Amino acid sequence: MEKRVVFQSRILPYLLLAPQIVVTLVFFIWPASQAVFQSVLQEDAFGLSTTFVGLENFEVLFTDSHYLSSFYVTVFFSTSVAVVAIACGLFLAVQADRVIHGATAYKTLLIWPYAVAPAVAGVLFLFLFNPNLGLFVFALRSLGYNWNHALNGEQAMSLVIVAAAWRQISYNFLFFLAGLQSIPKSLIEAAAIDGAQPVRRFWTIIFPMLTPTTFFLLIMNMVYAFFDTFAIIHQVTMGGPGGATNIMVYKVYRDGFVGLDLGGSAAQSVVLMIIVIGFTVIQFRYVERKVHY
Amino acid sequence: MNFKQTAIFAAAAALVAGTASSASAVTEIQWWHAQAGALGERVNAIADNFNRSQEIYKVVPVFKGSYSETMTAGIAAFRAGKAPHILMVFEVGTGTMMAAKGAVIPVYKLMADTGVPFDPKAYLPAVTGYYSTPDGKMLSMPFASSTPVLWYNKDAFVKAGLDPNKPPKTWPEVAEYAKKLVAAGSNCGFSTAWFTWTQLENFSAWHNVPFGTKANGLGGFDTEYVFNGPLQVKHIQQLADWQKDKTFVYGGRDNLGNPKFISGECPIYVESSAGYGSFKAGAKFAFGASTLPYWPDVQGAPQNTIIGGNSLWVMSGHSKVENKGVAEFFRFLSLPLIQAYWHAYTGYVPITTGAYEEMKNVKFYNDYPGRDIPIMELSGKPTTENSMGLRFGYFAQARDFIYEEIENIFAGKKTAKQGLDDAVTRGNALLRKFEKEQK
Repeated sequence: MEKRVVFQSRILPYLLLAPQIVVTLVFFIWPASQAVFQSVLQEDAFGLSTTFVGLENFEVLFTDSHYLSSFYVTVFFSTSVAVVAIACGLFLAVQADRVIHGATAYKTLLIWPYAVAPAVAGVLFLFLFNPNLGLFVFALRSLGYNWNHALNGEQAMSLVIVAAAWRQISYNFLFFLAGLQSIPKSLIEAAAIDGAQPVRRFWTIIFPMLTPTTFFLLIMNMVYAFFDTFAIIHQVTMGGPGGATNIMVYKVYRDGFVGLDLGGSAAQSVVLMIIVIGFTVIQFRYVERKVHY
Repeated sequence: MNFKQTAIFAAAAALVAGTASSASAVTEIQWWHAQAGALGERVNAIADNFNRSQEIYKVVPVFKGSYSETMTAGIAAFRAGKAPHILMVFEVGTGTMMAAKGAVIPVYKLMADTGVPFDPKAYLPAVTGYYSTPDGKMLSMPFASSTPVLWYNKDAFVKAGLDPNKPPKTWPEVAEYAKKLVAAGSNCGFSTAWFTWTQLENFSAWHNVPFGTKANGLGGFDTEYVFNGPLQVKHIQQLADWQKDKTFVYGGRDNLGNPKFISGECPIYVESSAGYGSFKAGAKFAFGASTLPYWPDVQGAPQNTIIGGNSLWVMSGHSKVENKGVAEFFRFLSLPLIQAYWHAYTGYVPITTGAYEEMKNVKFYNDYPGRDIPIMELSGKPTTENSMGLRFGYFAQARDFIYEEIENIFAGKKTAKQGLDDAVTRGNALLRKFEKEQK
């Protein structure tokens, strides 16, 4: 039975909504509109001379081969992070779901990395893989493999992917575990009685029932890799070598805060804003309705 | 530190131990800076001494984070009408600050307006040149200034059969030494920190070739980068080639390669003279310093090096009294005793000739050999158009571009010529944008 609340006063609902609206206006709409405004201006850092340049900042951006390469780097990075993190999260969730003894301990331990801040994760991996003093680097060298992500773009990229995905595995693990537990046991038992082996049971029953969760996680992981990995890049590679890991969020920071190129940096954030809006639309239209969590 | 040297610092303390009765209306001077840790404590000590030396002004040092963060904070504060009185800006920000007419007060003007005694000739030209107009008017007050020197591991030299008291002077010698060190079992011959600053900016000045046109940008906004000249290309290509037998190893951006020297992996290392502190603290071997290497076939080399570090900019929009306070503080900062204190404890060079003389008088360099190398590098010859300093808009971004291209060269994706050409093209686009904004 549905219950409907009817407000007596016409003002009260607006009053109740007001705090949320104020927060949204002050912390989201206002800065976002500032960014849009800034993106059509060419201005020196101090704001002493300001010229309206229309879409010139965007024009410069999209004719700059380094910006386009940053775009591809971002897409590759985000997709890889999402795939790696989802695959590992799913694998661990399936394994943890089958464990009977000490299951809580496993689960707790697997969730831990999520509590680690990206910056700390970055430092951690930097220490392991630092070309000058990293533990793994010495191990790899003794095996005859030369690790130097200060110069090797592929190595740098794999390092930041692993560092970024590592942290996200816990998040995916949580959702997958919840998803697995909501699959009726009777279904799996029936399949088992019919003689289906664990692998077959997984691909024909469990995985299809997890697709909504997987799709949801794909979006969440992409958003994470796009926007939350700044600290990892900053700590580990600073966008290098030769721009090999210069993802868009990092480029906005370098150009805006280090380079003081306000117009160009604002234009880049507007592009990022459009990408977020895109992700959000996909999530609301296709995911929210189908995911059970 | 011997007795005489100790006396200098005691004198510095005595000089400032004025009457400390609390004055009724103290004018506060905000000083935003970017010196963390031990350096930050020195900054506080200097401000403290100034505050105790008089009772009209109170300098309040505020640590604002990294150089970029401090500069961004200062700019944001200016835009909000709340600029600090003094803002510390790293040397690459000089072009941006200088162009901000109306936001800053040039030091020479501040001194003239407030009537505080100021003799521009008392300063080391190689230091102040970086922060002055081409005709010698000081725009900002140099604070922490360093210059690249060659550091070397004496123990490793001995092990490889090299004379630890004869460091290499030229690039061919560096290569020869490095090859011997590698042959003796080292994993790396030599490396360098702050690549763009040491191997292109200072390299150009040291060989008296231009890094940019118009006196490296000091002469106007219509400057262009020209660091893709034959000498720079030859040098970078040589470094790239030396990578093959580990004579040279790229250490990463900024000074990320410092552990290579401290751990003993790279026995020869080019780094700022201000690296002294961290080497002293971390290195478990005897080390020495020598002058920046040069190519002996280049006529007139070595010329002089240029500085890195930071200077203090006076922000506009404050009352006359406050400006006067800033000027008094700058006068105080230039006192030989204060400079000597700063120089002795940090590895940064003094900014006045008086302070340098003072250190020689107390035989500081006899006890600390090599600490005067940066001063000799900076002041060995009168500066030229190519060696006064650099002033480019968006220079921090240009350095990023240079790093990217250098990494492409060392990864073998581009030749030195291609990489430097590309860096110049990308840098020039920034310069044109900057020029456009200044109109």
